[in-house]
Amino acid sequence: MKLTRKDFLRVLAGSAVAVGAGTLVHAVGSANDRESAEAKNGKKRWGMAIDLQKCREEKGCDLCSRACHRSHNVPRLPDPAHEVKWLWNEPNGKVFPFQQNDYTRHALGETVPVLCNHCTNPACVRVCPTQATWKRGDGVVMMDYHRCIGCRYCMAACPYGSRSFNYVDPRPHLGAPNPDFPPRTAGVVEKCNFCEERLADGKQPACVEACPRNAMVFGDLNDGNSPIRQLLSGRYAVQRQPELGCGPSIFYLV
Amino acid sequence: MLDKALKGSGRYWGWIAFLLALIAVGFTCYLRQLAYGLGITGLSRDVSWGIYIAQFTFFVGVAASAVMVVLPYYLHNVQQFARITILGELLAVAAVTMCMLFIFVDMGQPARVLNVLLYPTPHSMMFWDMISLTGYLLLNGVIAWVMLSAEQKGRPAPSWIKPVIILSIPWAISIHTVTAFLYNGLPGRPLWFTAILAPRFLASAFASGPALLILLCLALRRLTSFDAGQEAIRRLGVIVAYAMTVNVFFLFLELFTALYSGMPDHAEPFEYLFFGLDGKNGLVPVMWLSVVLALASLLALLVPRFRRNERVLALASLAVFLSLWLEKGMGLIVAGFVPSPLRAVTSYAPTAPEWGIVAGVWGIGALLLTIFYKITVSLREAN
Repeated sequence: MKLTRKDFLRVLAGSAVAVGAGTLVHAVGSANDRESAEAKNGKKRWGMAIDLQKCREEKGCDLCSRACHRSHNVPRLPDPAHEVKWLWNEPNGKVFPFQQNDYTRHALGETVPVLCNHCTNPACVRVCPTQATWKRGDGVVMMDYHRCIGCRYCMAACPYGSRSFNYVDPRPHLGAPNPDFPPRTAGVVEKCNFCEERLADGKQPACVEACPRNAMVFGDLNDGNSPIRQLLSGRYAVQRQPELGCGPSIFYLV
Repeated sequence: MLDKALKGSGRYWGWIAFLLALIAVGFTCYLRQLAYGLGITGLSRDVSWGIYIAQFTFFVGVAASAVMVVLPYYLHNVQQFARITILGELLAVAAVTMCMLFIFVDMGQPARVLNVLLYPTPHSMMFWDMISLTGYLLLNGVIAWVMLSAEQKGRPAPSWIKPVIILSIPWAISIHTVTAFLYNGLPGRPLWFTAILAPRFLASAFASGPALLILLCLALRRLTSFDAGQEAIRRLGVIVAYAMTVNVFFLFLELFTALYSGMPDHAEPFEYLFFGLDGKNGLVPVMWLSVVLALASLLALLVPRFRRNERVLALASLAVFLSLWLEKGMGLIVAGFVPSPLRAVTSYAPTAPEWGIVAGVWGIGALLLTIFYKITVSLREAN
């Protein structure tokens, strides 16, 4: 086959367009696939299992929430509309909507601790226009309070209601501030960070440590021998709305 | 060219003074918001976008609607629109500017807004929205400037502007499609999770924009020597009639799908909008008013005898604009957050400073439009 110069240039231009389009499609989709590749490379994926049986037996307990909020300088604001929450209790029927029937309500207990799910495929990371929220190699969904422009797109995107916005300056509402963790300013979004500052020191998250019943088990989901994996292989566990495709890393043992 | 905006009657300067006062109110309220935070608004943890983002969405539609005069004139040689394509293009420039301002006033950290350029993120639809809106503003700005300059010099427009105008047609479609993508690609927001959101946005845009253009043409005829011509106004009326019919049809499709299927996730936001949920019914009167206005406008627009009466057409255009302003500029965005992912039903209503800021942005839009139209009319009077 004889290739004229015109044909050659045509093929060249076509290939350039194809490569360009491929790169673009990859860039648009790439926020999602990084994680699975890393799992195969023996990386960690932090996750948590919460034993709701134990929570049920300690009705009204919120020690995990208090420990979290104290440790991260989460403000207590007078107006509920402006509330900032990282880890808190919600009624079971609201956390697992449409999963409950009239006959199991009591069996399933009253409240369930909820927090950022540190999804494998986080919608918040996908929509953030500045990469102020991003996913770390070990699965922690991070927030950069200094890059966030406060557009709140991540709050619209998160299907779990895990994110809070600083509608007002939180600093006058801190109570006893923890000098080891930065307070935030008005106008940025925040959420549970899986205690990445404690993980860096080889410690467990504050909520896990605070629980008197060891209802929360934190560990590496990629390690088949980790306590969390042992627990998940022995007990029936659910995630919040897995059908949405976000891949939550928080598991609830029912 | 801009000097034309500096010579005007007492009435002209009175109007400009009124708009400047509105802008001053908005600016004062914005300074308070800047100092205190967005806590000054009616927004909350559950309803985290409100009237700023809703108004942004509505005015993207007004901006995109310029295509409804540009496309018939440049692709189908509809001569009646020769005199008003420039009005559509200038309306687009003012409306896109308003969109950008509505986004800006919604930012929690406005000083960091250029982070969007500093860390370009193609997997965020907001990145694409910024590109499409900026591009559309530039396209229409250049087109309007070139066309008006040519008119001032009494020469035909340079030929290179034609492809730029043609490019502005698909670009107009893109701005509203990308704006729909901001919403309808989100898991956990069932009201927005509908593939016809972009078509709905376009239908409502092509109804509300030309409706506004009809009102503007009628106002120009009454206040100035500029007459768009009866035939141009009638043709705009036909466009509004078709687009509004399609828009109401699309809304009916949404209601049928959500309510007949009976899936709570999809039905509840509509129940909240039209009947209230958990005793919270702040948007119910807003939505029913929108429905009544929509149906009344359809009656007036679909019967040719009514539509040809300019007074009826003006009222119908006003009804279309208000109906869509309520539905798209408020209801659709707010109800996307109800119920919240944790099933909370939270009411939202803009606060006084929030209305002040909204009025300020409208003031800026109206001021730009007034100046643009003043220049256009003065040039035509001079020729």
